[in-house]
Amino acid sequence: MTTDLAIGAIKAIVVLLLALSLAAVLLWFERKGSALIQDRIGANRASITGFGARLGLPNFGLVNTLMADPVKLFTKEDFVPEGADKFLHALAPFLALFPVLITFAVVPIGDEVTIRGHTIVLQAADINAAALYVLATIGVGVYGIALGGWASNNRWALLGAIRATAQMISYEIAMGLAIIAVVMTYGTLNLQEICRAQGGVWFGFLPRWGIFLQPIAFVLLFTSGMAESKRVPFDLPESESELIAGYFTEYSGGKQAAFMLTDFAEIVLVAVLITTFFFGGWQIPWLYRDGFHLPGGAFIHVNHIVVALLGVIAFWVKTIVLCWIQILIRWTLPRFRYDQLMRLGWKGLVPLGLANILITAFVIVSMGSAQ
Amino acid sequence: MPLWLFAFLAALAIVSALGVIFQRNPVHCLLSLVVTLLTIAVLFIGEDAVVVGFLQAIVYGGAIMVLFLFVIWLLNLPVESGPAGHLALKLFGSLAAATLLAELFIFLVPPHLQVKYSGHPPGYGSMENLATTLFANYLVAFEVTSVLLLAAVVGAVALARRGGAGPRPATSRGAAPR
Repeated sequence: MTTDLAIGAIKAIVVLLLALSLAAVLLWFERKGSALIQDRIGANRASITGFGARLGLPNFGLVNTLMADPVKLFTKEDFVPEGADKFLHALAPFLALFPVLITFAVVPIGDEVTIRGHTIVLQAADINAAALYVLATIGVGVYGIALGGWASNNRWALLGAIRATAQMISYEIAMGLAIIAVVMTYGTLNLQEICRAQGGVWFGFLPRWGIFLQPIAFVLLFTSGMAESKRVPFDLPESESELIAGYFTEYSGGKQAAFMLTDFAEIVLVAVLITTFFFGGWQIPWLYRDGFHLPGGAFIHVNHIVVALLGVIAFWVKTIVLCWIQILIRWTLPRFRYDQLMRLGWKGLVPLGLANILITAFVIVSMGSAQ
Repeated sequence: MPLWLFAFLAALAIVSALGVIFQRNPVHCLLSLVVTLLTIAVLFIGEDAVVVGFLQAIVYGGAIMVLFLFVIWLLNLPVESGPAGHLALKLFGSLAAATLLAELFIFLVPPHLQVKYSGHPPGYGSMENLATTLFANYLVAFEVTSVLLLAAVVGAVALARRGGAGPRPATSRGAAPR
């Protein structure tokens, strides 16, 4: 009983720390990556004791992003504007961050491992209705942003909040429709089982990943996920050229850092969900529980625990690649106009999602009657 | 679900429900309502009605309440300054409300109608069970409800169209000047 509790606590902490640290590293990724895209150098000033320079290394800007910036943010004045709703103004950033972080609880970061008779599922919370849980937490995440903008007593912030709310509600529908199609395909709401069903290969070379079964759902989830994270090209709620900074105009210091962290945690969340639903989660092609079964009959035995570890690494590698694609899109596309955003959501993605569900249902029923 | 957890969640739901009534600021009232709805969702999940619980969180917590928030913003509701009227009127009002509450308790919950809770079969709140119930046992009712809702949606759109931005008159733009 105590061991189970300890294992559960360790799993929860590890998953949370992995997600949070990836979100922090993404900030650096984005700074240096955008510099790369725009032919700039990017963050390169701060350097502790000049250690890297003494070794002759270029300054990667890691000290800037991961140490100097957090210290700066958390020591800044915590400003509350006049006439603001003080309680909600303080609560909102955490109301935004919390739902995103608890969503990571149901994400399977690896297969189960058996150590000394304990079977441990590498997932913080093994919920049966996990797909619904994801939709619920994402849905509740709107409040932090909406209330943050409202409580600031600032017109820009309120406009940003209204835009954010309308946008997130609209794209949640497309997101839900995409997830429903995936759930229909695998016949389960359990994310761990969805990952398991994606093991193995078709025709000896094509991994049995969800993207090959549900390509339309992949496009839907990716688009609506990017819209949920409110970044370019969907950054209307915080568009600098129109609304200063939108819903977090009146935030400074640690609370602003919480909003920023929410944005990056959402990028990680979208990547993690897409990995789980469409790229096999922790599955590696040809790797089974006892080792690699390569095409052509070759077999390499791999230790059980090493297989699980490889799975965890594969999961995060896929996630990081998807995060990078999101950052690439953010620095490539211009911002939508508001009517374009709504048209894409309601007249593009929602009908596409409904059609996808209809087609999926037809295929499932016809395959069922053929057997 | 252990009894202490149930008691805690139930108390939280009741306190936040009272908050809906007693707070002055409409946005605070709405937030209290969100807390109530989410607490009830957790209660559903704790009693193994998992799907119903999550749907409650998604539909009420995540969608309908956000629309309420929108309406409050767009109507720009002022912060209430307390109920208007004479002190005697307020007294009479609270007396009437208390009487109504007592009546409800006496007439709506007679002892022979109280259901003794006797547990439930395992997995009764799962997606499979819910789907089988909806699409096999209550298929007709389900379909009729969906048609009704569809009619309501179409009606709402038609009404909104007629009042607001209808088809633009031809003279406003693009038409040849006479």
